[in-house]
Amino acid sequence: MSNIFTDTLAWIEDPAHWTGRSGIPVRLLEHLEYSGLVLVIAAAIAIPLGLYIGHTGRGRVVAVGVAGALRALPTLGLLVLFALIAGSGLMPPVWALVILTVPPLLAGTYAGISSVDRDVVDAARAMGMTELQILFDVELPNGLQVMFGGIRTAVLQIIATVSVVAYLPLGGLGRYLFDGLVLQDFPRMLAGSLLIAGLAIAVDLVLAGVQRLLLSPGLSPETPGGRKATTDLTAVAPAPAAVQGGNT
Amino acid sequence: MEWILSNSGMILERAGQHMVLALVPMVLGLVISIPLAQLARISPALRTVVLTASSLLYTIPSLALFIILPPLLGTRILDPLNVIVALTIYAVALLVRAALDAFDSVDEDLRQAAVAMGYKPWPRFLQVDLPLSLPVLFAGLRVVSVSNISLVSVAALLGVGNLGMLFTDGLQRTFVTEVVVGIMAILVLALVMDAVLVLMERLLTPWTRAADAAGPSPAVSAGIVADVRVHAGGGS
Repeated sequence: MSNIFTDTLAWIEDPAHWTGRSGIPVRLLEHLEYSGLVLVIAAAIAIPLGLYIGHTGRGRVVAVGVAGALRALPTLGLLVLFALIAGSGLMPPVWALVILTVPPLLAGTYAGISSVDRDVVDAARAMGMTELQILFDVELPNGLQVMFGGIRTAVLQIIATVSVVAYLPLGGLGRYLFDGLVLQDFPRMLAGSLLIAGLAIAVDLVLAGVQRLLLSPGLSPETPGGRKATTDLTAVAPAPAAVQGGNT
Repeated sequence: MEWILSNSGMILERAGQHMVLALVPMVLGLVISIPLAQLARISPALRTVVLTASSLLYTIPSLALFIILPPLLGTRILDPLNVIVALTIYAVALLVRAALDAFDSVDEDLRQAAVAMGYKPWPRFLQVDLPLSLPVLFAGLRVVSVSNISLVSVAALLGVGNLGMLFTDGLQRTFVTEVVVGIMAILVLALVMDAVLVLMERLLTPWTRAADAAGPSPAVSAGIVADVRVHAGGGS
């Protein structure tokens, strides 16, 4: 048993696997590139839509229904279908991934905005804030905690699914799994898997850190005292972080 | 259509394998996460440990987990057991949180009333806590059911038999019909399973029907939000 792990460790440590076209840095960068591309496109679609639905409450039933139905779509099936219909290359799998990423992002954004206490929103409106000010200065900072849940779920899903993209075949860390499978080279497969798992955990930790930085201190669960009171305070004095939050 | 008819035996067999691989982990996950959630309720420290561990495990991508497990379990890479264990881990990660929310949702006054009426801890748990937490628990189960049914197909990449085989085979033969049939079959399985869970919830919680008439059930949106929430808590 321990043999496999020492072999895998040796594989990862081998300097030959750290250089060249199929070296670990190149594969890692490919993995991050694909993931970043998918995230940017999906966010550009899902976040404005989620903000709109969350703020106005319009189209909520449709959005929740569509997002729920899309969640049942099998990742692998969609990837293969796009590859067969639209041909090889980078973009077909990217679009398939975008379709899979929009639902969790949309649901998270929508859920975040609508999780904000309606009394707080009404108070902001009564104070004379415009609808846009309410959305970006009140609802967004207060809903950020829940929104980040959606963003982190979406990012993890992208990183996981990009590993499957190597099957099509494209680059990314998933290459090690499928090359290893063909070559019956188990240490290579295990090394690839550990790298993917490590990448997912590292990215999630970074996002958790960003979440902590962006989150208004008044909303932090660690803040002692009544949570209601601090929520109201943040509504009156919106955190500057809110503006950055919209661009994630 | 012709292709479906002439291959219906194969499709049904794959669908059967698919359901076993998706449902066994769901049941195992439920059985494991209920005591785990009860354990987490003992103290805030235990709660943090359980929630952090489960969200960490949930972070590991499925394809990677399918390959990391064999050397740990001493199984072969083709062994369906790897898929069952991996999906059980995800099911536990999602359901522990749902079960915690579910038990938290039971009114403390009701619990006290049951104690005052002379319920011993076990009967109280089985006859008061558990039934009352079912709506929230079922919202979690519905999320697990959909995500498991979709995730099982990834295991086909490693050669474990299920409906995902229609995708790998379809790609090799550049045969779109087969892929579309696979997607449809998986969607149907997910829908049927969801309907079964809704029906089961309705049968098991007859008292909620009166409340249902008053307004739309929160379970639908709760299900959507549930998987988002795995990471919403962050380190807390």
